[in-house]
Amino acid sequence: MKPNLSISIGKLKLKNPVLVASGTFGYGEEFEDFINLKELGAIVTKTITLKPRQGNFPPRTCETPAGMLNSIGLENPGLDVFIKEKVPYLARIGVPLIVSIASEYDPGEFLSVSRRLDKIRAVCAIELNISCPNLKNKKLIAQDPAATYRLVSKVRRVTGKALITKLSPNVTCITDIASAAEKAGSDALSLINTLGGMSIDTRARKPKLASICGGLSGPSIRPVALKMVWEVYQKTELPIIGMGGIIDTPSALEFFIAGASAVAVGTANFVNPGIVPEIIRGLKEYCRGHKINSIKELTGSLRCQD
Amino acid sequence: MKKKTLQRNFKVIANNKVKDNYFKLVLAAAGISSMARPGQFVMIETSSTAFAPLLRRPMSIHSAQKGRIEILYETVGEGSRILTQKRPGEHLNLIGPLGNGFEIADPGDRNSILVAGGMGVAPLLFLAEKLVEHKSKNARVRIRVFIGAKTAGHLLCEKEFKSLGCDVKIATDDGTKGFKGWVTELLEETLSGIATAMPRIYTCGPMSMLESIAGLASEYGMAAYGSFEAHMACGIGACMGCVIRTQDEKRKERNDFVYRRVCKEGPVFQLNQVIWGEE
Repeated sequence: MKPNLSISIGKLKLKNPVLVASGTFGYGEEFEDFINLKELGAIVTKTITLKPRQGNFPPRTCETPAGMLNSIGLENPGLDVFIKEKVPYLARIGVPLIVSIASEYDPGEFLSVSRRLDKIRAVCAIELNISCPNLKNKKLIAQDPAATYRLVSKVRRVTGKALITKLSPNVTCITDIASAAEKAGSDALSLINTLGGMSIDTRARKPKLASICGGLSGPSIRPVALKMVWEVYQKTELPIIGMGGIIDTPSALEFFIAGASAVAVGTANFVNPGIVPEIIRGLKEYCRGHKINSIKELTGSLRCQD
Repeated sequence: MKKKTLQRNFKVIANNKVKDNYFKLVLAAAGISSMARPGQFVMIETSSTAFAPLLRRPMSIHSAQKGRIEILYETVGEGSRILTQKRPGEHLNLIGPLGNGFEIADPGDRNSILVAGGMGVAPLLFLAEKLVEHKSKNARVRIRVFIGAKTAGHLLCEKEFKSLGCDVKIATDDGTKGFKGWVTELLEETLSGIATAMPRIYTCGPMSMLESIAGLASEYGMAAYGSFEAHMACGIGACMGCVIRTQDEKRKERNDFVYRRVCKEGPVFQLNQVIWGEE
């Protein structure tokens, strides 16, 4: 028996449901020595903004128990350089390309970037990063259902590409935001972005990150991410790309069972750049062992006692 | 396409205490050994099961010969403490070689000065090995090595550099061995006495030492290359975490800067390219 790992997210068809999370995979080329990039379900780029961004002061990362904090601040070369220098390489890989985009102050930039990306054939989907915690502007679009609705519906009008909205866990009610994105025409949801956090060097009484606070990722956030996937799965019809602390096959499986249609591997790429193909193989084996014909059967298959 | 970097398990050949908190790890790592250039580093997985610690540890290659690599390390935290427990025959997962490494000028560049502060000896011994290879082709090559340490007890690699035929000078903060004071003071004494063409400086050590050397190099009109250390999450250029500020050649007139990744564009930077000061 050959289990079927293919899934669809809106118009986007993926041969397998394992993606890489934005910001943890550069623009693909950094990983070419470690894996066959063709094996990936899709590549999600580091977030692109209209203009280049230098990012935040270092130190930008620090290790925490079973996790890490980062405050990169969306360093990226800007849309023009991305299109000219990164897209040709990404297009040649031949796996669906999902471009993550953001804007710090002007939501209008989401529209201009989306319009440009809409014209590029190699781009299969746009992920709206409305949940980056590492900007000076601390008020995230993803923390306000009305703002989320406004932005997603505007972008929806300028692109026919599959639209994915990436949500923040730093909210009082994740399902309100998810529903707003759904009503506004998002094709899928990515959850979760990093959890706000901080860490202190007690000897110097200094924050370990120059920006003081950052975003927590890694296995330590997995239970939080899973709960949010489970809640959103029950509340919306949208396909969910689950992420947050996936580091091996069992942790990826948890997300499918909780309600994810696909998963994205993030921080684990730093620890083991060869991890994604291992997880894809692991999912196949699990399906075979549990007589599951299609990975779709696993989504939301949590068995709860009545 | 040929791989420039490997990720694989490598067998531990030896892992012994050098002194106090300093250890030397020897691995059978032919693939890395044959490709490695001085100044490059590896990312070592210290804990594969409990994710404690989660991230790999960047460590510079101390020596690469005959299918083996050596890593000189100090126990500073949980990762390096776990590393000390690895016994011969066990395996460690490594990614490497990583980074740019020192660019060794032609044998035409006959004089070199190596300045090491503390653990900075680690990549510089490998560099000295390679410079000596050039020396065998050109007997007039002279390698001067300056080693700075807190105390005589913290001093590393004096013997190793000497056995390669380097001229070694020592400075300790407390004067328990050699010159009492900063290694950069000792360096300046030597520089002021050099009448012929100025040699190239290669260095590795604390940020403050690198900054002083950048100052001396510009004063004496020398090219200086330093290997930098930074917090790294991935080591392969993906996370953008380990950046330092450097001159932007394209926008110099605007007194602007660009962040460059220590893991990818570094860890070796020409010191006059680095923007010092606030972190």
